[in-house]
Amino acid sequence: MSLKEKSAWLQAISATCMYAAYLVVVLGPARSASVTGTAYQRPMITIIVAGIVVSIVAQIVMGMTSPGAAGRTDERDIGIHRHGEYVGYYVVSAGAAAALALAMAEADPFWIANVIFLAFVLAAVVTSVVKIVAYRRGF
Amino acid sequence: MGRPTRVTNEIRALRFANGEMTQAELADRIGVTRQTVIAIEQGRYSPSLEMAFQIARVFGVPLEGVFHYPEDTPA
Repeated sequence: MSLKEKSAWLQAISATCMYAAYLVVVLGPARSASVTGTAYQRPMITIIVAGIVVSIVAQIVMGMTSPGAAGRTDERDIGIHRHGEYVGYYVVSAGAAAALALAMAEADPFWIANVIFLAFVLAAVVTSVVKIVAYRRGF
Repeated sequence: MGRPTRVTNEIRALRFANGEMTQAELADRIGVTRQTVIAIEQGRYSPSLEMAFQIARVFGVPLEGVFHYPEDTPA
């Protein structure tokens, strides 16, 4: 498995785990109260920062443990990366449109923020899955 | 998701004809990952024209000695 394919797996798994952790932290206390009254800001920022830090550290570790050719990036990696990001762009766009609609409907900021956050997470997962499929089935 | 390719190749045969060159050795010679060489060999990836020329040059054969594209059959 090439370094870039490992990175795609890492992104898919870490994004899923981070969002699951966020849901547990935010929705756990919300059971007994209104969900829009939940203090989601701190957990969301914490999860985003943690996701970035985990990603950077994992990339460094994978780069250090992939000797020479295994850590190489070639034209196929670049093509697959572009293909994955292209698909992910549509997911983010759909999320942005949904958030825009909520804002126009004067929805609670809780929902607007969470729709945007979910769109980023879904985009990360979809992008990674598209890349993994391209690596496995062909591109 | 995979893009079907009609391009076939003789890389595997050429590797064995050239001192049983490994996929890793070929990958090093053309500056790609071993996974990319495997994907090309198995027809899961069509390389760029530049990479195709590099592969042909490694084996010392013309481009069509490595890659083939089938003739269109009349409808």
